[in-house]
Amino acid sequence: MKGMSPLLWIAALCVAVILICAFAGEAVAPMSPDTQRLLVGDTPPSADFIAGTDNLGRDILSRTIVGARTAIVGPTVIALGAFAIATVLGLVAGYFGGRIDAAIMRTVDIVLALPGPLIAIVVVGVTGGGYWTAVAVLTLLFVAPDTRIVRSAVLSQRSQPYIEACRIQNVPRHRILFVHILPNVLPLILSYVVLDFAFALVNLAGLSFLGLGVEPGTADWGRMLFENRGILFTNPASVLLPAATIVVTAGAINMLGDHFRERTGA
Amino acid sequence: MTRYILWRLAGTIPLLLVISIFVFILVQLAPGDAASALTGGRPTSTEALAALRAKYHLDEPLPVQYWLWLRDAVQFDFGTSIQTRQPVTQAIAARLGLSLWLTLYASVIVLALGIPLGLAAALRRGSRFDRTVVTLSVFGVSTPAFVSGLFLLYYLGFVLGWFPVFGAGRGALGRAWHLTLPAIALALTVMAIVVKITRASVIEELERDHIGFARARGVAPRRIILHYLLRNALVPVVTAASVIVVAIMAGSIYVEITFALPGLGSLLVDAVRQRDIPLIQGATLAFSVFVIVVNLATDLIYALIDPRIRFASAAR
Repeated sequence: MKGMSPLLWIAALCVAVILICAFAGEAVAPMSPDTQRLLVGDTPPSADFIAGTDNLGRDILSRTIVGARTAIVGPTVIALGAFAIATVLGLVAGYFGGRIDAAIMRTVDIVLALPGPLIAIVVVGVTGGGYWTAVAVLTLLFVAPDTRIVRSAVLSQRSQPYIEACRIQNVPRHRILFVHILPNVLPLILSYVVLDFAFALVNLAGLSFLGLGVEPGTADWGRMLFENRGILFTNPASVLLPAATIVVTAGAINMLGDHFRERTGA
Repeated sequence: MTRYILWRLAGTIPLLLVISIFVFILVQLAPGDAASALTGGRPTSTEALAALRAKYHLDEPLPVQYWLWLRDAVQFDFGTSIQTRQPVTQAIAARLGLSLWLTLYASVIVLALGIPLGLAAALRRGSRFDRTVVTLSVFGVSTPAFVSGLFLLYYLGFVLGWFPVFGAGRGALGRAWHLTLPAIALALTVMAIVVKITRASVIEELERDHIGFARARGVAPRRIILHYLLRNALVPVVTAASVIVVAIMAGSIYVEITFALPGLGSLLVDAVRQRDIPLIQGATLAFSVFVIVVNLATDLIYALIDPRIRFASAAR
């Protein structure tokens, strides 16, 4: 933890708070996030409701706190899932080279040339959507850029003397790959997992903002922006609070990710 | 150069094929069978369903369906919208202008502010200004266009009342006025990417020998920056053009929804919400072709600037 600036500590603190909200959720929230008060309707911030209420009279602050869950779970699955697949593909492509490498990398090139966010919107929308469909589609789209990163890291290891030494000693290939190369590229991979997480969070929130991600009624930051867009001028907090949490969470995680990436020397 | 252009053009063919197959398959992805997907799930008479099956050749095997669909699509015939009965091509043509204006406006902001900011930060590396730019660009990258859009809409549009809060405006001036906030919202995220890349590459370039020699020869600093440094430092920015184009395009979809602008992005999202398959297919293809064409154009410009690119690919 050496060399962390005050700003980085604040970022780490923000991430810790968001994580607590994601795990504890309802226990930390001042009220139940789903209780409707139709007679109250949408109100600006008051003593009872610190961030006001939405159209159905639900407490904005509680919904924002509980909304941390969908903001953390999905991106975690996307970032880890995409990198698990990409690590295998990248190791194989980078180490074996030749036709396998060409086949994997040309496919990657094509996927990278496609407008990813557009494909996510269309597929999630047409299939009838849902949170986990969105997570699955984004995971697949994230595999392509991740594979490229892993492959280039493997290529830089492959020509090193210690790998040549292994080959001369007839160490089996799978052992070279998973016991010798993998541990050396893992720190780099993990720093990119962190950056992917922030990117996935923003993308997932975007789909919910279009009304395509989470199911209606879910307390979710992107969904709140979608539902409360119409009351932006009567209760701005209903939109600006979840909007700010998206930026703060993604920004804090990006800062930490950049820091770790610089430390792993990539 | 001709050889490079041909080689690069040939490269887009597999890409177009993959996209066209993807767009065609969308009908199959929708829940229920293709015919009910094409009616948008509304109750329809048996005769109307039969007519629909005949029109979209739904009784033919899939490859034949694809071929017939592709034959129409290359002639810009994507059928008619399920919701409005308007030909898809007409609907797209009516919305295209606004989206082009918006992306062009945002691109100008991105380049006109992003490159000078990245350059200035790199030249004063480690200063308070540099650290501020770096921190802001980290947050800029983390701020999706719809979030910055909502903040701008509230503060500049509503609280201060400087800008209109909805609509696309009339006439060239009115349109520019109405598109200013959306363009800024769209530009912020992408600008942060450009600032990051420019700063990193200028820092790397500053350490090169030829810059040191130029300084030692007493070349004016202004000339060093503009003629020696920036030219080489901007190569990574051009390389990242495809990332930038996709980011602007995706951002424009969100921004059009945020500001309720009648562009291609809002057309696509409305079509997706109503499961209007022919319209989704047309709009998706329009977006994809736009991205491919812009990428092709930047690659060709890149090859013009940097001869190494065209020789390397011609040798392959």
